[in-house]
Amino acid sequence: MTWTDQCWIPSVDDVTATIERGAATASVTPPRKAPTRKKPGGFLGSSNGKKAVMAVTGAVMVLFLLGHMLGNLKIFFGRESFNDYAHALRTLLEPLVPYRTLLTLVEIALVASVGLHMWAAISLSRRAGKARPVKYVAKKSQAGGYTTHIMRWGGVTIVLFVIWHLLDLTFGVVNPKGFDAAPADRMIAGFEVSRWWVTLIYVVAVVMVGLHLRHGLWSAFQTLGWAGHGRYRLLRASAALVSAVLVIGFLAPPLAITFGVVK
Amino acid sequence: MNLTLRVWRQSSPSDAGRMVTYRVEDVSPDMSFLEMLDVLNERLILEGDDPIAFDHDCREGICGMCGMVINGVAHGEQRATTTCQLHMRHFEDGAEITIEPWRAAPFPVVKDLVVDRSAFDRIIQAGGFVSVPAGSAPDAHSIPVRKEDADSAFDAATCIGCGACVAACPNGSASLFTAAKITHLSLLPQGQPERLTRAKAMVDQMDAEGFGGCTNTGECTAVCPKGIPLDTIAQMNSDYLKANAK
Repeated sequence: MTWTDQCWIPSVDDVTATIERGAATASVTPPRKAPTRKKPGGFLGSSNGKKAVMAVTGAVMVLFLLGHMLGNLKIFFGRESFNDYAHALRTLLEPLVPYRTLLTLVEIALVASVGLHMWAAISLSRRAGKARPVKYVAKKSQAGGYTTHIMRWGGVTIVLFVIWHLLDLTFGVVNPKGFDAAPADRMIAGFEVSRWWVTLIYVVAVVMVGLHLRHGLWSAFQTLGWAGHGRYRLLRASAALVSAVLVIGFLAPPLAITFGVVK
Repeated sequence: MNLTLRVWRQSSPSDAGRMVTYRVEDVSPDMSFLEMLDVLNERLILEGDDPIAFDHDCREGICGMCGMVINGVAHGEQRATTTCQLHMRHFEDGAEITIEPWRAAPFPVVKDLVVDRSAFDRIIQAGGFVSVPAGSAPDAHSIPVRKEDADSAFDAATCIGCGACVAACPNGSASLFTAAKITHLSLLPQGQPERLTRAKAMVDQMDAEGFGGCTNTGECTAVCPKGIPLDTIAQMNSDYLKANAK
C-alpha cells in the first residue's frame, strides 16, 4: 500500500485474499471436435425423414384398419353377408383385372408399410439410445410418460399379435376349422366360449392398438407439419375418438361371438 | 431449512463420476436454488474441499446458462422457471434433493453439473441467422408483419438455449431448441429468403451432433423455462419436408 498526501491507495495485494482450494474450474480440455459433417445421409437418413416415413406408413395402416373394421362388422348381418364380403374382396374389379388383384396390391402395400414403419422405429430408438448413454438416477416425467411407455413396447406387442392373428384367421393354422373353412365359420369357431383366452388376447391387443393410435394419429400430423396453430386440442381429441371407434368396432365381433350373440 | 443433497460429482470429463451426499443446514426459504448451492460451496471451500461446479450467469432467468436436473426434472418441478429463479420455498424442510447434470451424448460433462453445450452453437452456426445485413432495428411500420406471426415469432425467440428440452427428452432430442430457432426466423419477412435452406441445414446439423429424434412426448415443452410450444416443431417439420421436396 502507499500513502499520498490525501489518501491511501490500496494495491491489489491488499484487497484480495488468497484462498487455498482445489481447482475451481476443470482442467481445460481441448474443445470437442465439431462433428465433421458426414456425407449427408439424405432424407431417409435424417431423423425427420424417418419420422415422415413413420407418419405416412402409419396412415396407410390406419386406413386399412378402418376398412378392415367395417368389413368385420358384416358378421352381424349373418354368415352369408360376411362370406360374400370376403369373396367380394377377391373378385373386386373383375373381370378388368385377374382374381385377387386388388387384395394382393393391398397386401403388398401393407407389408411394405409395416416393414418401413418398423425399420424407422428401430432406427430412431437406437438413435435415441445413443443420445443418452448415461441414464438419470432420478427421472420424473412431466408429460405423463404415456408415449415412452406405450409406443415402443406397444408396437412390439402389436407385431406379436399380428403374427398370431394371421396364423389364426388368415392361414387357419391355429384355427379349429382350418384354412379350407368359410371365412365366417373360421371367425365364429375361433372365438367360441371354450376359446375365451383367444378373445382375451384380442381384447388386450386391440386395446394396445388403440393406445398406440391415440398418440400415433395426432403425432403423424405433427410430423408432417400440419399440426400447430392451436389445433392440438382438436387433433388429440380426434385421435382419441378415431382410436376409440376402432377399438369398439374391432372388439364387437369377437365379444359378440364369445358371449353367444352371434352364432 | 435443513436439506440433504445428492449431487453428481465428476472431477473431469474422463472421470467416471458418482453421486455424493451433502447436508446443508440453515437454508433460507428466500434463497434461490443457486444461492443454496453457493452456501454449500462456501462451506466446501472452507473445509478445503472442491466446490460443486455449476453453470450460471445472469441469475435472473434470461441468459440460459444455469440448468440442472433437480429431483428428475430439468430446472426443477416449478413450471416455466430457470434454476436460478427457483426458490427454496418450493421445497420442504428436511427434503432430499437429487441434482444431476443434463444427460445427453452431445452435451458431455465438463465437471460436476457443467456440461458442454457447444453442439447448440454449431446448430445455430449451421443456419440460425439471416445473411442480409439487417442493420439497426427498422421502423415498426416499414415492413408489415401480421400480429399473429409477430407473436409466434417472438414466442419462439424467447428460447434462451439452456438445453432443458434435451435434458428432459426421453430421446435426447434437440428438436424444441432447433425448432424454436428455425421458427423465429421463418415467420418473419427477413427470414424468408433462406427459410428452407436454413431448416435443412439446422436439422442436418442437429442429427450430426448425435441428438435423438422427436417422438412428440411433450416432455420438452413441459420443462422449458420459456414455455416454447410444440407448434414450433410442427413448423420445423413442415419447413424441413418442403426443403427436401425441392
